[in-house]
Parts: sequence; C-alpha cells; structure tokens
Amino acid sequence: MLGIIIGVASVIVMLAIGQGSKKSIRDQMSSMGTNLIMVMPASQQRGGIMLGNSSSQNMTLPDIIAIEKDCSYLTAVSPEVRSSGQAVVGNSNWPTSVYGVNDKYFSIRKFTIKTGRSFSDKEVQTYAKVCLVGQTIIEKLFEGKTDPIGQTVRFKGIPLLIIGVLAEKGENGMGTDQDDLIIAPYTTVQKRILAITYIQSIYASAVSEEKNDAAIDQITTSLRKSHKLKDGVTDDFQVRSQAEMVQTFSSISDVLTILLGAIAGISLLVGGIGIMNIMYVSVTERTREIGLRLSVGGRANDIMMQFLVESILLSVIGGVIGITFGILMTYVAANLMNWPTVIMPAAVIMSFLVCSAIGIFFGWYPARKASNLNPIDALRYE
Amino acid sequence: MKKTIIEVKDLKKDFYVGDITVHALRGINLEIKEGEFVAIMGTSGSGKSTMLNVLGCLDKPTSGSYLLDGVSMGELSRNELAALRNEKLGFVFQSYNLLPRTSALENVELPLFYNSKVKPKERRERAIAALEAVGLADRMHHMPNQMSGGQQQRAAIARSLVNDPVVILADEATGNLDTRTSYEIMALLQDLNSKGKTIVFVTHEPDIAKFMTREVVFRDGLIIREDMVTGRHNAAELLKSLPVEDTV
Repeated sequence: MLGIIIGVASVIVMLAIGQGSKKSIRDQMSSMGTNLIMVMPASQQRGGIMLGNSSSQNMTLPDIIAIEKDCSYLTAVSPEVRSSGQAVVGNSNWPTSVYGVNDKYFSIRKFTIKTGRSFSDKEVQTYAKVCLVGQTIIEKLFEGKTDPIGQTVRFKGIPLLIIGVLAEKGENGMGTDQDDLIIAPYTTVQKRILAITYIQSIYASAVSEEKNDAAIDQITTSLRKSHKLKDGVTDDFQVRSQAEMVQTFSSISDVLTILLGAIAGISLLVGGIGIMNIMYVSVTERTREIGLRLSVGGRANDIMMQFLVESILLSVIGGVIGITFGILMTYVAANLMNWPTVIMPAAVIMSFLVCSAIGIFFGWYPARKASNLNPIDALRYE
Repeated sequence: MKKTIIEVKDLKKDFYVGDITVHALRGINLEIKEGEFVAIMGTSGSGKSTMLNVLGCLDKPTSGSYLLDGVSMGELSRNELAALRNEKLGFVFQSYNLLPRTSALENVELPLFYNSKVKPKERRERAIAALEAVGLADRMHHMPNQMSGGQQQRAAIARSLVNDPVVILADEATGNLDTRTSYEIMALLQDLNSKGKTIVFVTHEPDIAKFMTREVVFRDGLIIREDMVTGRHNAAELLKSLPVEDTV
C-alpha cells in the first residue's frame, strides 16, 4: 500500500513538474510574444526576373489598414520600418537600430515602458521627433545618468527627444540583445530618417496561440486582396508565427514529461508488486479462514472475489492517499522551491484507474491461489 | 422407519505419498438414520478423520458410493459440493475456527452469506435464533477473543445450525475444553439431538462417546465394531453432579 501511495504520488508530482516546465518554457516563449505574427515581403517576379526579398517595397500603410479591418483573429497590428546607424549623445556614440512603429508595437513585442510614456496618435501623424530607448542605449550613451527622459539622442543627424524608457528584456532565444534599440513613430522613421513611403515588415498579435494559423490565413487573404494577386500567383510576402518555435520547445518538454512519467510509472509497478506481496501474506495468514469459508459452502469464486475486492480496495485507498499526497507535494514543490508545476486532471484520473487495474492484476494471482486451496489442508493449516 | 441421512457403501480412500499408496479407508459400509447421535471412534491413523472429510463432502472417495440425504456426491463438481455443504451440512471443529475480529453474530451469519436464497434480513434473524438456541443471546456482539472456549464452541455450534442442516459433523468438538465445559457442550448437543438433529461426532475419548446413541469404532481404515451405546450418559445430569467450581 505504501508502494502504491509513493507510486501514485510520484506519478502526479512528476507529471506536474513535467507539465510545469512545459508551461514555463511556453511562458518564456510568450515573453517574446507567443502569438506574434510577422509579415515580411517575399521575392517577387517582375517580367520573369526574381527580385530579392528585402528589395521589395510592396507593403504600404493601406495594407495595414486593410489587415486591421479584415482580420478578426488579430488583437494588434503594427508596421515596422528599421534603420541602423550611430546614435549620438554629446560625445558618446553607439551603433544601434531605430525601429519605426506605432503604439501597439509595445504590446505585440511585449515591451514594457518602465518610465515615461508611449507616443500619441498626434505625434505619429505629425512625424514628431520623439523616441523611447532600451536599457542598453542608456548604459552606453548616458553612463551614470539615471533619468534620460527629456534628453535628446541624435540619429543620422535627426535629434529625437526621449519620452520613455523601456524595461529590461534581456537576450532572446537567439542571443540578440533586446534592449539595444530605439523606438520611434514609424512616420518619423519613414519621412525623416529613411525617406521612404513603404513599410518593411508588419508585426501582429493573434488573439491566442491556438488562433495563430487562422490569423495567418486571414492576413494572407487580406494581403492578396490588397496586392490584387490573381489565383495561382505566388504570395509576394511571407507570414510567419512564433508558434513553430513554441512547438519545437513543447515537444522537447513533452519528451521530458514522458520520461518523468515513465520513471514514476515504474515506482507504481513496484507498488503493485508490493500489493501482490501483501495479498500473498494475507492469503497465507488467513488459510484457516479460507478453509472455514470453503467448508461452510463458500465457492471458489466467492473466495476469489473476496480477495480480489480486498486487493482492489487496498490499492484504490492507496491511490486516493497517493493522489492527495502527490497534490500536496506538488504544492510544496511549487511554493518552497518555486518550481513551475501544473497538476493535470488527466494524470489524477489516470493514476486512479491504474490503481484499480493494479488491484485486479496483482490481486488476481494470490486470490486464485486462495480459491484453489483444498479445504481440508486449509483447515488444518497452522 | 426413519429416513436414512447417510448411506456409505464400500467406500475406499487412498492417498499417494510419493511412491507409497496409503489406504486410509479400505471399504466402509455405514448407514446413519435421521435423529441418530453417532460417535466415530478410533485411534489416530485409524481413518476416522478421513471418513469425516468424506462425510463432510470436503474430500472425494477413491471408490465406493456416498449418498447424503439422497444426493450422490460422487459426480458433483467443486461448486456443487460447496452448495451441498452449504445447505445440508454443519461443521463443528476442535479449534472452533471462528473468524477473528468478527462478532459472534456475524460468524454465525457466515454460512447464510454464501446462500443467495437467504435475504440479509432473514440471515440476521436466523443467526439470532441460532445463537439463542445455544444460549449465547447475551454474547451476540462479542468478538471471539472476548469469549471463553465454551462460548466460542457454542457460537461455532450456532454457526453449524444456522442453515438447518440434515446432519451436524463435529470433529473432536470437546478436545480443547475442560471436563465441565465439555459436559456443557455435550448437554447442548444432546438437547439438539433430542429435538431431532442428526449428529456425527468424531472423538477418541470413550467417555465422551457414552453421551451418544451409537458407537462406530475404526481401526486401520475399517470399521471393527458398531454398537448401540448402553448406559448412555445424560450430560445435563452429570453436570449437576460435578462439584460446583468457584466462580471468579
């Protein structure tokens, strides 16, 4: 019974930890934006000549407006135009990129504004020379100074007033520093820095991770319509989501969960063998009782049922205690050690069923032995 | 003419121990009629226990026929034998064989538990009636370890009575009891016998056999003597003549 308790408890704890780590990986991924969808220009053909991806200038603001209107599975859409160059403050300078976006970009890419504010619609409309800066920029250009808000950073000769500071985000999965950036209104970057009218890429958030594929379909449909692409013509853009990456990581942690579950399953098996031992001892100890029951008219089946029911009860009670214990352990692991855990109802139900099965499986042999006893020998047994 | 309960003809039972064949019973002919109180006597190894096992449908004879209340047990299956034991036989053992940690009442109910024709309510009523018949009405809810040997044996007798068997088979039922308690048990059995119960009692004590109506003596697997008991003792009267013990 102790074996069953430990077995069931470990199954639940192991699976909870496995699921928890899966969830924590997912959470980390979603800090990069799990439901993030990126739209980039793709190669296109002009009179049989293939043009490179980045040379395309086919995405424009009306495309975005159309996407916002057509795509019900998106919560936020932002254009992105990007320029690399030296940022200068006083006599320090640092190579970085300026991202021209709208104010929804922060939520799409999961940037938090630590101090200051985002830019207003009016600032977007008037190509205002304002920006928000990442922690790396502050570190490199404002050594020591704590509050850069109100200061000006020059980028390609354009002075940008710092109105906000982004919270630290660290490196992403690929090792890129996500704090080394300047964010400005896309209109400002388009007109004042790059002098272009097109948009380099589009970032969007799907309503949920599950709706990623549906959202991608909607974007594709919308863009094909805006670009007036006929059926059979390949897309002149590509839509990607973070989901693929999440899936890869999820499958890794699935393997982990299966592994942990298998280890716990072995302890459950050992517990089952324990039950079989207990039942064996019980059959031996109660040989005289079995003899008596047989002599007063108990049939072999009656005896078998009695011992089977006992072993099932034993393992189910063990299972219930194990489940309670396992859930408790999971909470302890979650609270004391700060391990991410998720208790799966399926695991709880499964281990309960497995317990009953163990009761039948491992109880069957001793029960059969009991029922096959010769009543005379059983009565004489000392 | 009284009804014949047990009819055994040329019954043989062999045991095989390795290469050696032990002839435990070598051709027994025995007839027991309704209302008899038969003592089966003999030294150890005489075959009396084997005889009781066969009579109790716990063991099958090697050859010969055995009719119990008109049913031939030779061709019955294991389960049919169990049903036969359940309905027609009551066992009383030397060491009582009550279930531990189970009250007297539940112990007495046990045989009826294996009889699906008896409903739970009737089961309880019959168990109470059986316990009252053996004078244990006030010990109904006691566990076996809270009762004396005599009381435990009474509970065991109640258990053998509860299914209203055609015959009660007792195996050295007084073997573990002192003289006084033995007499009490014998008085109880004599009382049951006078009410018409057929009883077969295995014993090796000649003075216990004196309480019964007929003696059957076994030796080396054969019946060597079969007599009606003369000068039968009355246990109830003997009990009165015993010096009164200091009750603690």
